Amino acid sequence: MSAEVTPKNPSRPEVDMESKTMTGFWVYLMTDCVLFAALFAVYAVLHNNTFGGPGGPQLFDLPSVLAETLCLLTSSFTCGLGVLAAYKQAKNQMYAWFAVTFLLGATFLWLEITEFARFAHMGDGPSRSGFLSGFFTLVGTHGLHITIGLTWLVLMMIQIMRKGLGENQLRRLTMFSLFWHFLDLIWIFIFTIVYMMGAS
Amino acid sequence: MSDLLGKLSWKAAIPADLITLGAAIGMVLIVVVIAAALLYFKKWKWLWKTWLTSLDPKKIGVMYLVVAFIMLLRGISDVVLIRAQQSVSVGASHGFMSPSMFQQVFSAHGTIMIFFVAMGFMFALFNLVIPLQIGSRDVAFPFMNSASFWLFVCGAVLINLSLVIGQFSGAGWLAYPPLSEIAYSPSVGVDYWIWGLQIAGIGSLLSGINFVVTILKMRAPGMTMMKMPMFTWSSLGALALVIFAFPILTVTVTLLYLDRTFGMHFFTAGGGGNMMMYVNLIWAWGHPEVYILILPAFGVFSEIVPTFASKRLFGYFSMVLAIWAIVFLSFTVWLHHFFTMGAGADVNAFFGIMTMIIAIPTGVKIFNWLFTMYRGRIRFNTPMFWFLGFVACFTVGGMAGVLLAIPPADFQLHNSLFLVAHFHTMIVSGVLFGMFAGVTYWFPKVFGFRLNERLGRYAFWFWITGFLTAFIPLYILGLMGATRRMDHYSASLGWQGLFIVAAIGVALVCIGIGFQILQLVYSIWKRDEYRDTTGDPWDARTLEWSTTSPAPFYNFAVIPEVTSRDPFWEAKKAGTAHDKPAAYHDIWLPKNSGMGIYISGFAFLVGFGAIWHILWMAVIGFLGVIVCIIIRTQDDDSEYVVTAAEVEKIEKEARKRFA
Repeated sequence: MSAEVTPKNPSRPEVDMESKTMTGFWVYLMTDCVLFAALFAVYAVLHNNTFGGPGGPQLFDLPSVLAETLCLLTSSFTCGLGVLAAYKQAKNQMYAWFAVTFLLGATFLWLEITEFARFAHMGDGPSRSGFLSGFFTLVGTHGLHITIGLTWLVLMMIQIMRKGLGENQLRRLTMFSLFWHFLDLIWIFIFTIVYMMGAS
Repeated sequence: MSDLLGKLSWKAAIPADLITLGAAIGMVLIVVVIAAALLYFKKWKWLWKTWLTSLDPKKIGVMYLVVAFIMLLRGISDVVLIRAQQSVSVGASHGFMSPSMFQQVFSAHGTIMIFFVAMGFMFALFNLVIPLQIGSRDVAFPFMNSASFWLFVCGAVLINLSLVIGQFSGAGWLAYPPLSEIAYSPSVGVDYWIWGLQIAGIGSLLSGINFVVTILKMRAPGMTMMKMPMFTWSSLGALALVIFAFPILTVTVTLLYLDRTFGMHFFTAGGGGNMMMYVNLIWAWGHPEVYILILPAFGVFSEIVPTFASKRLFGYFSMVLAIWAIVFLSFTVWLHHFFTMGAGADVNAFFGIMTMIIAIPTGVKIFNWLFTMYRGRIRFNTPMFWFLGFVACFTVGGMAGVLLAIPPADFQLHNSLFLVAHFHTMIVSGVLFGMFAGVTYWFPKVFGFRLNERLGRYAFWFWITGFLTAFIPLYILGLMGATRRMDHYSASLGWQGLFIVAAIGVALVCIGIGFQILQLVYSIWKRDEYRDTTGDPWDARTLEWSTTSPAPFYNFAVIPEVTSRDPFWEAKKAGTAHDKPAAYHDIWLPKNSGMGIYISGFAFLVGFGAIWHILWMAVIGFLGVIVCIIIRTQDDDSEYVVTAAEVEKIEKEARKRFA
């Protein structure tokens, strides 16, 4: 996809923004990956430290989490379709796919917040036990990333409406889709390790 | 009103003791005087336009140098206090510092020296040298580079602000829980530590990403990975470690903050927390951090030794292998910082053995430098003095480290002054000497004139004798059973004499620093005499010396083509080093931007609000950061052009001096 991007100036061949930015973004994703790895490690250490409070089996509502998971996985798919539409310069199609992506992402977030509120309402907030501190922080950090992603998506749609689908915008959409798929991947680990293994 | 300002109040804010109050007043006075002087001489605009908002990595590098040196002065004043206290606080006398103040002083010393001195010098050299050395005009993301620097400044300001408003952490430079938890450290000190590190750490992480992409993507045509200069290789190793280690720091200090502020139970003694998890996490970052600091210093020496021995580097390939062995192994040794945790003989044996193994690639590097010198025509300029001092001390300190790697021995020496002496040997004679050597070596490339050699040698001799006088007694005291971080000890132990010797060592080091300042001032005064007209004052080998000194703002008029490992040396031998290029082209460079400063200002509000629990301030800061980033991404017109004619004119002026 970088083939049609020509450098601005022959005396500065290194000014290939596409290649630099994409490499930089991949490296950033690796740092984020380490961040989540550390949080997973913390959760793994603390997951039995319920300190007399409830553990996973008492708390987790798997059907609701499955709904969250399906929302997020589908949103990853529609995000990919949106990027494909953008590269074909099919603007309306692109807006439609990203609108679906946004709605699915927002539904995911809403389900997650509902779950958090339910726990907190029962008196099982993050300060209840080491286990719950680890749970809220790991899942919450993922949720925070989703929130950032949704904000990013809205801002980018506004930018595209104002400036059209230029080279910069296409590059940013590609970065967004990388980010979104990455969050999907992290969620699959959260779904497996935190919820499925924790509920039994 | 009290709700609006969180925990902040006049009573909480004003320093309680005289020494802190004096330091605070002194610091505020210096800032006011500098600001007033700038106003009086109408230099604010100049400073803003040519320096503060610049995206030129050379200027950002110089600003890193300035901040790092100021922080060095702060860190060394803490040392003076520590050594003075320990020399007099014996028997009936309890010295001049309260235990709580003593705790704050040594905590601040460690934090500042690692995060703002060593890291500052390191990022200074990355900025000054890497783009020039790989034949590039810039870093990959010039704006992000400026933002990283200003976040670093924001962290430094927060740490130092704790002198004036509130107090600093007394929980040591790594703030182990449960001491650093809210139950035992209820003041804002630990929060200052957390947010200073958090904000500076995010800056370091962004810088890490930036320079990795710079090295991977922006090398001059022909410079394959195996033709990269060794400083660039070492930096790439260090930067890979930044990328993998700093996210762990971010997580760890965030979790500590969640514990302290929201009553969570990650590291608390009760509630299902696990305090040893903190120690594991912080060292999973902390041990790689040690190598983040030392690898660039190794890189500096790998440039200096071939240059001043006038020989090509011995064992290039083994050097590269050694760097990557160190990068990998540095993630497998963290537990040696706490063998006494009680993980069991098998775990301790593993980490002990890995620690001994990591000494091997380091040894390979030492031997390579020595073999490079062997039968070379060595010129003894100041950078070479720093190198020789480094080799002698670092090897001894390294062997002390291998000794500490043996768990049974470590059980005896854990938390003793022997350990303190060991890691100071590594960091002072390794990192700091390396950075001094590097700054002296590249100074003419950055400023256009050399530093005075004689004063540089005086500084070196005072530094090294002072350093040895300060730390040999600590090895002995450690073996005698003296633990670290004591504000008082019994006279019957007979330690006072050795503590006084150590204090004399610190005085010698201070004289060394005095000579460094004198060297700088004298060289600026005599700069016309020391001017580097050739662009290549040391008869060096790598690309940065092929351009004029000081390096023009576009680094290279024409991007060089590289065909060998020492491209400039080969060109000099072939007589083509200073050929006039066939044609000049337009050059695109980034425009100045103040947005990095604004982001840092809002990040400061986030930090200050979080420290003092002022919610509205933190929220404004957070939104401000986001808005700044959005504004910046809307700006598609961030570059300006230097036309070929202008480049030719500047080059003609500079080339006149070659003749």
